[in-house]
Amino acid sequence: MYVAVKGGERAIANAHAWLAEERRGDPDVPELSIAQIREQQRLAVDRVMTEGSLYDPDLAALALKQARGDQVEAIFLLRAYRTTLPRFGSSLPLDTGGMCVRRRVSAIFKDVPGGQVLGPTFDYTHRLLDFALAAEGDPAPAPRADAPLAETLPGVIDVLNREGLIETEAASDNALPPPDLTREPLRFPAARAMRLQNLARGDEGFLLALGYSTQRGYGRNHPFAGEIRYGEVAVSFVPPELGFEIELGDIELTECQMVNQFAGSKNEPPQFTRGYGVSFGHGERKAMSMALVDRALRAAELGEETDSPAQDAEFVLYHSDNVEAQGFVQHLKLPHYVDFQSELNVVRGMRRAAAEAAEAALAEAAE
Amino acid sequence: MATQTDTARRQRHLAVLARAGRGLLEDAFALVQPAPRYEVVKPAETGLVMVRGRAGGTGGQFNMGEMTVTRCVVRSEQGVIGVGYIAGRDRRKAELVAVFDALLQDPSRSPQLEREVIAPAEQRRRERQAAIRARAAATRVDFFTVMRGE
Repeated sequence: MYVAVKGGERAIANAHAWLAEERRGDPDVPELSIAQIREQQRLAVDRVMTEGSLYDPDLAALALKQARGDQVEAIFLLRAYRTTLPRFGSSLPLDTGGMCVRRRVSAIFKDVPGGQVLGPTFDYTHRLLDFALAAEGDPAPAPRADAPLAETLPGVIDVLNREGLIETEAASDNALPPPDLTREPLRFPAARAMRLQNLARGDEGFLLALGYSTQRGYGRNHPFAGEIRYGEVAVSFVPPELGFEIELGDIELTECQMVNQFAGSKNEPPQFTRGYGVSFGHGERKAMSMALVDRALRAAELGEETDSPAQDAEFVLYHSDNVEAQGFVQHLKLPHYVDFQSELNVVRGMRRAAAEAAEAALAEAAE
Repeated sequence: MATQTDTARRQRHLAVLARAGRGLLEDAFALVQPAPRYEVVKPAETGLVMVRGRAGGTGGQFNMGEMTVTRCVVRSEQGVIGVGYIAGRDRRKAELVAVFDALLQDPSRSPQLEREVIAPAEQRRRERQAAIRARAAATRVDFFTVMRGE
């Protein structure tokens, strides 16, 4: 039960003024600009865009500055901001095969057309703190090959699946638009389109832990990283004023194609199955975790047992959203004075009753 | 009635303009002779477009997340409608794109604009992408097999 409480206004205003001072930190240290955050804390920006479910690097950088670097708080700010904007419509489905690739690796086929392209990765670094970064200075320019990469690299699985041993993902475009969680609540059983939207917005830490749990045996599905790619993808849209599709620009995207344990049935020959993950910007850990959980949530439709947390759609999808989760956890900080008073009265009553009963029993024994 | 080629040309122009920097468009606009006059039909407005993806990259559609988009509609002196739709929140840039869209439909202006605005913007984009692909190609792994024993 909540009761309006008056009287905190001045304390709140002063608290916020102090917060602004703390946000700025030592005034002798130069202030961060939005551009600095956007350019130099890019992976933080990318995560805020992904889980904030809004692609706009400048807004995400602003949110991070306002939130003092707190990612979930910044994600909350971005989600709140989007509610102030009108929706112009939906894009055409992205053609991730047409990506201008910066990184593309496959852990299942060594000789993929176009090769294994490492791109700007943390992989193979030694994870030793680099104290050179504590001093200022520009890095040496990255080497450039004489022959650039092909303009597009076709999807590894689509190219190397000639035998049809891996499940194919076919477009089955019907007239109905896919469900949209920004406009309708989660419903169960949740279709894959609804699950993928939920997971794409879902908390990276939560999905990482769930994905890891499947690897450790809670809903094992034997994954391989079929392909991970990161780069720029064009977004196309049909403006009502024009009636034909145009490109709005490019967004950076990370995509993970997971190839998983095979299944077969009376109708289907044995074949590898798949899980899919995607994130705005460069977010491989998120895309891989999402792909693992997407595959785990397909357990029922693939006729597998569903006895592990990562396979439980209601458990996963109801708890993946960190804006909702932090809201319900943190609301415990709000005044519950009346609630607690009533519970105090109940406990006092129980104690009184117990004491009276003990006294009565003692009296009975003494007689 | 617009022909297929007109539409294809306009699509190409709009794709190039949407990716051009605001500075490039602003500079180009200042140089257009005779100085164009236009009226704003729909003032620049920022909103959202839901980005759709496909399961597995090629399967059923799903909603991936939104992006900010800014749009503007103008009418040139000749009464030609220009439409600008760009990723992001730059209202002035959306207006400039709409203006150039209108001007590029004017046969007396389009060859010059094609030469002085579209071609350089397209060239910049090509160079930027080539630089990305050259750096990416430098990180391609050359596998070799180490012979054992013998």
